[in-house]
Amino acid sequence: MAIPGLAIKSFRNRKFTTGLTVLSIALSVMLLLGIEKIRQGAETGFTNTVSGTDLIVGARSSPTQLLLYSVFHIGNPTNNISWESYEEITANPQVKWAIPISLGDSHKGYRVVGTTTQFYENFRFAGGKHLQLEQGEWFGKIDDAAVGAEVADEFGYRTGDKIVIAHGGGDESFIVHTDKPFKVAGILKRTGTPVDRAVYVGLKSIDALHQDFQGGEHDHDPLVAHDEHGDSGEQGGLSAILLGLQSRSAAISVQRTINEHDHEPLTAIMPGVVLLEVWQMMGMVERLLMIVSGFVVAVGLFSMLIILMTSLNERRREMAILRSVGARPAHVFVLIMGEAVFLTLLAIVIGVAMVYGLMLLLQPWLESMYGLYVDISLPTITELTLLGIIAVCGFFVGLIPGIRIYRYALADGMTIRV
Amino acid sequence: MPEEAPVIEISNLRFAWKKRVEPVLSIASLQVNRGERVFLRGPSGSGKSSLLNLLAGVALPQSGRLKVLGQDMTALSSAQRDHFRAHHIGFIFQMFNLIPYLSVVENVTLPCRFSKKRKHKVLAQADSQQDEAIRLLGHLDMAQADVLHKPVSELSVGQQQRVAAARALIGSPELVIADEPTSSLDADRRTAFIDLLFRECDSANATLIFVSHDNSLVAPFERTIEFHELNHAASNQQPMLKAVT
Ligand SMILES: Nc1ncnc2c1ncn2[C@@H]1O[C@H](COP(=O)(O)OP(=O)(O)O)[C@@H](O)[C@H]1O
Ligand SMILES: [Mg+2]
Repeated sequence: MAIPGLAIKSFRNRKFTTGLTVLSIALSVMLLLGIEKIRQGAETGFTNTVSGTDLIVGARSSPTQLLLYSVFHIGNPTNNISWESYEEITANPQVKWAIPISLGDSHKGYRVVGTTTQFYENFRFAGGKHLQLEQGEWFGKIDDAAVGAEVADEFGYRTGDKIVIAHGGGDESFIVHTDKPFKVAGILKRTGTPVDRAVYVGLKSIDALHQDFQGGEHDHDPLVAHDEHGDSGEQGGLSAILLGLQSRSAAISVQRTINEHDHEPLTAIMPGVVLLEVWQMMGMVERLLMIVSGFVVAVGLFSMLIILMTSLNERRREMAILRSVGARPAHVFVLIMGEAVFLTLLAIVIGVAMVYGLMLLLQPWLESMYGLYVDISLPTITELTLLGIIAVCGFFVGLIPGIRIYRYALADGMTIRV
Repeated sequence: MPEEAPVIEISNLRFAWKKRVEPVLSIASLQVNRGERVFLRGPSGSGKSSLLNLLAGVALPQSGRLKVLGQDMTALSSAQRDHFRAHHIGFIFQMFNLIPYLSVVENVTLPCRFSKKRKHKVLAQADSQQDEAIRLLGHLDMAQADVLHKPVSELSVGQQQRVAAARALIGSPELVIADEPTSSLDADRRTAFIDLLFRECDSANATLIFVSHDNSLVAPFERTIEFHELNHAASNQQPMLKAVT
């Protein structure tokens, strides 16, 4: 057919302006797809923060709050769980393992998590991955600490370094236990989860610090003082407990038992469920981003419309010439229309290529810096739908000048009107 | 037989661009025979181009008979008329005849994209469309490599009109229509261009309708039609008088 060849030649003739339009649409396609890819990555990353934990238990509070402070280290527990409750819960035969967590201290702005070896052994993330050590070992002694990857990176910690822990969260912690420094025993491998942004010490060590602070016996040898308390660590109570059950299906009944616990009001949540709820709450932001990039695409298409419309008048002459050699008004319509569709498709192809190029380039960096894993795979249905919508929009954008030139062709005949 | 039929046969034709507007054309009768070279003379705005639009089948008369190459144009659908034009008519405009994004040769072979018939005629004579285009351009003194490979926008107006002539002639259409093709050329180029046109129409055995308002070009034509004598539409009568009243 005569027309596609002409359309491509006409496009090549105006390659600079049309090239710029194609580029601007391609960039907006890239933005839209990129945001979608990052959103998917963030969602998997987010829902991957805990896995294999069947229940999280805390003092009575909202499920979201409990999830946020126990897993994401955001906010603080209003109350602690008593040691008795911990023992009662772990006595349930359904409970396979339990990770006690005690919060309330910090190290240079990062959370300090008091816990046990249970944490290292049983905490899992991203579909069942275990924690691993980059260097050294999980804390064994009372003054040992294990640090998350991001903390270690930020301050350049190596095993054997001394770090100091402050009472209270954040930077404005009021008491700094300079007299009782911890030794970095191990550095965790990066996980891309909040685990990277915390320092882990033994429960007993935390209690020792606090005991010391309350007693004000600074001249005492802290280690000796702690040994006297034995293994119980009962003083401070716990902020949260992560539970693994014998079988997943028991989660609901165990949850109910804990929620109806007599001694103190407790809340047990299934992390997967609450994670999803929180993610949907944040969906607002994500939708906003999509809307913004949708507008960017619209602007790109609009600039194509402007280019096509402004070139239309000068192309009326071309249309008269084509008519004189036998072109039908429909040919002339297809020529303009085809150009819009061709430009849009070209922009989509370039945009998609740019997204994949960027992902190949940035994937390792995004993963190591932000723990954001973007999956380089074939476009998902959502992405294909987005691209389809753009293509259809390009088609409709082409219709406008197409219909106009069709009318011109009928009205002008072969009269060349300038 | 169509071979013997007149190239143009018009009787009692009336035409207006829009329904309620005064007609621009009202022609009692016109006949042009095969091989004739006709000079159609009239002031601008008198409706010459409108008539050419009818001959080419781009517009249809409101009433009357219009036959081109024996074919009743009013009996054809618009698609059929477009095909008819592609097959049988070569057209040269006053200026801006060329598609800016096509090369010289591509401009010349353009009609072959829209008419298989003309393409086949070309290929019966030459090895390829390009060869035929270059042969025609050669006749018009336009086949030098530097001219062939220039972007068409860099050609002089005279060169552009010669490319347009080659395009009108490729595939030997029966009817060549030139709508003031020389009005953008200077005087000595005009006669040269008309000579070229005559020679090529002769060798292609084509009928030529040449439109102009320029009296100085009449000489070589065997037949001259004064447009105001042909066209009796009110708007065409005494344009000077009309301007006064
Ligand atoms: N495509 C068109 N649509 C509407 N009116 C037209 C068109 N072409 C020509 N006309 C009108 O028809 C009249 C005759 O114009 P035209 O045929 O171009 O005369 P000429 O070629 O003799 O200068 C003019 O009034 C002109 O405005
Ligand atoms: Mg005219």
